[in-house]
Formats: sequence, C-alpha cells, structure tokens
Amino acid sequence: MLPLSQEVVRLDAEAKTAEEAIRLAGSLLVEAGKAEAGYVDAMVNGFREIGPYIVLAPGIAIPHARPEHGVKEQCLSLVRLKEPVVFGHPANDPVRLVCAIGGVDNTGHIGMLQALASVLGDANKLQGIMEAATFSELQRAIQ
Amino acid sequence: MRVVTVCGMGFGTSLMLLMEVQAIAQKHGFSVDGEAVDLGSAKGKTCDFMVASGEIAAELSGESVEVVAIDNLLDKQEIEAKVMPVIRRIADTKGA
Repeated sequence: MLPLSQEVVRLDAEAKTAEEAIRLAGSLLVEAGKAEAGYVDAMVNGFREIGPYIVLAPGIAIPHARPEHGVKEQCLSLVRLKEPVVFGHPANDPVRLVCAIGGVDNTGHIGMLQALASVLGDANKLQGIMEAATFSELQRAIQ
Repeated sequence: MRVVTVCGMGFGTSLMLLMEVQAIAQKHGFSVDGEAVDLGSAKGKTCDFMVASGEIAAELSGESVEVVAIDNLLDKQEIEAKVMPVIRRIADTKGA
C-alpha cells in the first residue's frame, strides 16, 4: 500500500520544465512536513548534476536525494502533469508522472519502493492513475 | 555471484534494480547477492556484473565487468531478458 494522502497528490498540475516539476513534487513533501526545503534543492541539484536517470520508465520520474539532505520521515508524493515535460532522457521522455521519494536511512524505504514499482509497473493501475479525475479515483486505482 | 546495481544516489533506482535482479535470479534458481550504490562508489567495486539504467551504464564503460543497461526499470521482462543471459554465463564460467 502506497503512503499517498491527498495533501501529497496533485492531478493535472502545470510545469514548464523538469526542474519546475521536481520542485512541485518536492514542495508537497515540504508542505506536508515530511521534508525540509533543502531536500527539494538537493533533488534539483541531483537532477542537474547526474542527469535524467530518475526517469525510470516511459513517462515516469522519481526525483529524490539522500536522507541526510533533509528528510524528516519516509515520504512519497505524486504529481500528474497536465502537459508532459521533457527531462532529457533518451528513451523515456516526455514525463507526465513525477513521484518524489524520501527515505530516512539507506534501506528503510525498500518496501515503499517495491510498492511503488508494483503499482507503476502494473499497466492497469498506471492507466488508472493517468485517468483519475479525483484523488479518490486515484486511490481506488492504486489499491 | 555478486551484482552491483548503480544509480545516481545509490538510493532509488539502484535499490529497485537490486530487488528485481535478485527476484529474477531466484526465480531461475540462481542465488545473487549484491548491493546498490551510487555512481561515485561503483567504480572499481568487486562484483561479477553490474546493472544500471542506460544513462548511468554509459558512465560505467570503464569497468572490467559486464554492465547491463536497462531502459525501463519497471519492465520486468526487459530486465529478465537482459540480465538472465549474463547470470547464466557467469554461472557457467564459475561452475556454480
């Protein structure tokens, strides 16, 4: 079960660039009290320095940094963009779903990653996420 | 045999890959241990093979072991199709 509450989900959000999309997904974690503002900067810096490897599958990015960059508790946010954005990935652009993740130690978030991979790797659930009109529709889609 | 999975931070996609590679290996009757590391720590790590996203794999071209590049990390079939031949080859070579 994914730890997604309404406060960390945005459907049909607008972002013009990859950085804007990452900041939006990160800001949901900050507003929910789960990460510090510096964590968002660290995610953006990671994307700038290491590149678009966070686009793990066609249309899906999982920006993150490391626990020491300011994660208060294990967390996940989900932003579905109204218009897809180019992250610069050779195979998986453009991106429409941005899931920011944060963990508090090196391995404690494995369960959350597994749950996320199994939801996003399930074509029916992914379609449900892409088509959900409301948060409750999204919740039903990922169960 | 031992795998090192690699991503930018050693924290997200590399952990996903490690879990998936181990699950696939186990399904085929092979035991693979390993660790997930960031790109900076990956260079020169002792292992039988490495797995990374295509982006990161390109940075690992200087490694002495085979580096498997995965485009879609959520596609179990792609991972299985690319990783199993390597695992079988290593198992044959080691006689394991």
